[in-house]
Amino acid sequence: MIDMFPVAFLFFLGAAVLPILKNGNLRAAILLVVPVIALLSVWSLPEGNLWTVSFLGFDLDFVRVDKLSRIFALIFCIAAFLGNLYAWHVRDLIQQVAALLYAGSAIGAVFAGDLLTLFLYWEGTAIASVFLIWARRTQGAYHTGMRYLIVQISSGVILLAGAAVFYHETGSLVFEQMTLGSLGTWLIFIAFGIKCAFPLLHNWLQDSYPAATITGTVILSSFTTKLAVYSLARGFAGTEMLIYIGAIMTLFPIFYAVIENDLRRVLAYSLNNQLGFMVVGVGVGTELALNGTAAHAFAHILYKSLLFMSIGAVLFRTGTAKGSELGGLYKTMPLTMIFCVIGAASISAFPLFSGFVTKSLILSASAKEGYYVVWGILLFASAGVFHHSGIKIPYFAFFAHDSGLRPKEAPKNMLWAMGMTSFLCIAVGVYPDPLYALLPYEVKYVSYTTEHVVTQLQLLFFSALAFTVLMRTGIYPPELRSVNLDSDWTYRKFLPRVVMNIAGLMNRIWMAQTSFWTQKLETIVRQLYRSHGPEGRIARVWPTGAMVLWISVFLGATLIVNYLS
Amino acid sequence: MATSEIQHTALTLHDQLPILQVAIPLLAAPLCVLVGQRHAAWWIAFISSFAAFVISCLLLVQVTDGSYISYEIGGWAPPLGIEYRVDALNAFMLFLVSGIATLILPFASASIGQEVPERNHTLLYSCFLLCLTGLLGVLITGDAFNVFVFLEISSLSTYVLVAQGAYRDKRALTAAYDYLIMGTIGATFFVIGLGFLYMATGTLNMADIAARIAEQGDNRTVRAAFAFILVGMGLKVAIYPLHHWLPNAYTFAPSAITAFLAATATKVAIYVWLRFMFGVFRPDFLFDVYTLQFIILPFGLIAMFAASFVAIFQRDFKRMLAYSSIAQIGYMLLGIGLISATGLTATISHLFNHGITKAALFMGVGALVFYSGSSFYDRLEGRGRTMPWTSAAIVIGGLSLIGVPGTAGFVSKWVLVQAAFEKGWWPIAALIVASSLLAVIYVWRVIETLYLTAPAEGAARREAPLPMLIPLWIAALSCIYFGFDGVFVVDIARTAAEGLLTSPTPLPLLEGN
Repeated sequence: MIDMFPVAFLFFLGAAVLPILKNGNLRAAILLVVPVIALLSVWSLPEGNLWTVSFLGFDLDFVRVDKLSRIFALIFCIAAFLGNLYAWHVRDLIQQVAALLYAGSAIGAVFAGDLLTLFLYWEGTAIASVFLIWARRTQGAYHTGMRYLIVQISSGVILLAGAAVFYHETGSLVFEQMTLGSLGTWLIFIAFGIKCAFPLLHNWLQDSYPAATITGTVILSSFTTKLAVYSLARGFAGTEMLIYIGAIMTLFPIFYAVIENDLRRVLAYSLNNQLGFMVVGVGVGTELALNGTAAHAFAHILYKSLLFMSIGAVLFRTGTAKGSELGGLYKTMPLTMIFCVIGAASISAFPLFSGFVTKSLILSASAKEGYYVVWGILLFASAGVFHHSGIKIPYFAFFAHDSGLRPKEAPKNMLWAMGMTSFLCIAVGVYPDPLYALLPYEVKYVSYTTEHVVTQLQLLFFSALAFTVLMRTGIYPPELRSVNLDSDWTYRKFLPRVVMNIAGLMNRIWMAQTSFWTQKLETIVRQLYRSHGPEGRIARVWPTGAMVLWISVFLGATLIVNYLS
Repeated sequence: MATSEIQHTALTLHDQLPILQVAIPLLAAPLCVLVGQRHAAWWIAFISSFAAFVISCLLLVQVTDGSYISYEIGGWAPPLGIEYRVDALNAFMLFLVSGIATLILPFASASIGQEVPERNHTLLYSCFLLCLTGLLGVLITGDAFNVFVFLEISSLSTYVLVAQGAYRDKRALTAAYDYLIMGTIGATFFVIGLGFLYMATGTLNMADIAARIAEQGDNRTVRAAFAFILVGMGLKVAIYPLHHWLPNAYTFAPSAITAFLAATATKVAIYVWLRFMFGVFRPDFLFDVYTLQFIILPFGLIAMFAASFVAIFQRDFKRMLAYSSIAQIGYMLLGIGLISATGLTATISHLFNHGITKAALFMGVGALVFYSGSSFYDRLEGRGRTMPWTSAAIVIGGLSLIGVPGTAGFVSKWVLVQAAFEKGWWPIAALIVASSLLAVIYVWRVIETLYLTAPAEGAARREAPLPMLIPLWIAALSCIYFGFDGVFVVDIARTAAEGLLTSPTPLPLLEGN
């Protein structure tokens, strides 16, 4: 069966069947069965190019299996399953179809052996995923979705342009390791960069993810950006520039995450920060680093989904995800709280949780290659992560001051989804060997050495200590409700202010720039309308005489060209 | 089957196919009038155009290997007698034109019921057949003056067909009048060009003219002939500044007629251009090359953008499609202007792919108008829910118009981009992509109107009648089919393009001279 058609088609087949089924539970079951079958078939796929189609003289490799593509496909299948389980209660056909098409496209893209196939699936993820945002059916979501779609489609168009130029340069469309330098590779690189939310290309992420439906965000968070990380790892491993891009990516979202009140947006920023770790891994490009990237992507998809799930469950029950309006929910949503804390512990890389065994691979790799500054930045970023995702998220949602809200515990299907994800997070953390076995290269790495554990625990405990002390003594300006754990206490008043100022400045510049370009664009459109609109010069119905005049002008021009040549 | 030696005796029916291709619809036209009953007239029209379609298939099969069939009318040998010459290029075009005619007629049987009074139906079918005859004749003939004669047959009947829209909107009359003036000027220029050519070479057989021009080199007469033929035909092509007859003619003509004309008439004009630019005058002449590069190519580029912008701002679906046709013609001109085998392949395959795409879209509009009575966007709101099948076919056509991978439009645009790359002209490739993005906008406006707005109060679900829906879906599905099996079209187009670019075999009679 597997030899007959690509795994991605399983998802498309499932999506095609869905509209026929009238029974809601049956549809939800299809959503669960498809990823499981896909998972099993991915597991058993042999390596190599398994499904090649000839199209217009090109050989398109739809299923190129090696260890790198397999691990990403596996985690995508798992993420699709967990996300769909979480969304069991959703009866919206559009969301269900979109979720399957989206996961299928992402998996198809991971298996794409050439740039043209990659492009097809690349656009597939863009188009399918936007419906998860539109499914909220509000005016705001419509506009956000439109912005998201424009960015994603642009990325695809740039990728196609890059592929075309690349084909012209090299005569090959095979998607393999490339070196930056020519126009084609740069275009491809930028296309990947947009999807990977490189700094300054990242705004679509924080803009769109919190705007999607509760379940949509969980699904969105798993695929698009990790697909980009995979593509970078496949195409641009060892490109040094990526190290610095990644380092900046780990750093700057922290500041935004600190001052953000919407917890889903905090998670979106922290997603961006986590991507930075993976990008650094790709940039370092050694076997250890690439292993780290793949492993981190695997673990990251799990704990990030878990965090989005738990905050989503809170939003589902209370109708808000704003830190200032929540608090004290542990009393009535204890299980959700536990799952959230497990997710937080994983993302903060506590020993025995998944983040610990994967992030340390990247950290070690960067230190081993002598990038000490980057290593330092990553360490700082780790502390930052612990603060905004590890403490801020569970603290403000479930503890802090009592908001007086007494919502019910999350629905069963959500609890199951969160429980299974939590189990995987802990399992990977406690017993990482099966994960290590899946990695692209052989692993000779032991994560549980005394040194690693102690360093990490020091980092975490001092951060936690600082947080506790500062919250207890109330030194913190209460309206900020955040603690920058990594800095010395002398900075505690200074840094937030700097951060606020920088953020405010950046915001003003961004707004000014946006409005400048918007105005420009509006002027252009207005002028175009004046000339090309229905009453414009160009579109007006001309009198017969004017048409004849043009004929003579044209004839004259042609005769002149003819006689002069 | 290349028959360079023609037997004058013992011709079988199979050998008579080239003349039957034109003769059947030509004879069927008066038959319609004689019978005088509209249902019978429809059947005559349908059967004869279907016969023409079958013949074109039979002809196409014989010439896909790059050979050609030469047929002497009345046994008079060329260059004195009139020769019909079928090669891959015109066989492919015959296939397109007769195929579209066969497809449109069932659609017309339903749609003109609302648009044209019944007493005119018989005459309309008769004119339709004459128009078809003219187009097929232009395609098949190897004689330059014969091209003019058939062109006039098709043009005159086209003016009548466009004017039939007057029962719904009187502006169809001015549209037809404008078209008549422009078309006549174009035909006059064309025949002036032929006159110059006859003066310079003393022959009217196209292959013969080509051989003689190649022999004697160029002179002012030949250059003037080229300019007049280019401009005269340019009017029919609706090259950008000469396009003003087109939007009105397409908007106000009856839906079925618009679909037929949009898919065939301008395409046949482009065919004549190709024949003269590459078959008669050859790109060995500098004036030919310069005209292509400095007139055709820039105006093609301008058309791609100016007409697309106009299309974006239109409020009328049918008119929007008319402008989008002008923009799409820009792509075909671009392919010609690149002067390479790949460029011509792109042009020829786009002729075909755009033909079926536009046929689907104009039929789609026709089906929408059938109930709403108007093609303005505000009258079509929410039709995606009340007419789901029609709307879905329109979406497919729209995707093909944009050039989304997996549709016919993609294949030819892809070849066009390749042709630009082959020359190393990056900016042109970028412009092709940019102009496709404009197509995204105007197609999106349609999708938004059909699907994202609420239908009018109390609008019941009411699908177009089957005679309209089936041809519409055949066209829409062929957009998808030729998108996946692009090789079929591209292969034939490449054979045709290479046939144009290599010099034709001189006529046997000429060798004796």
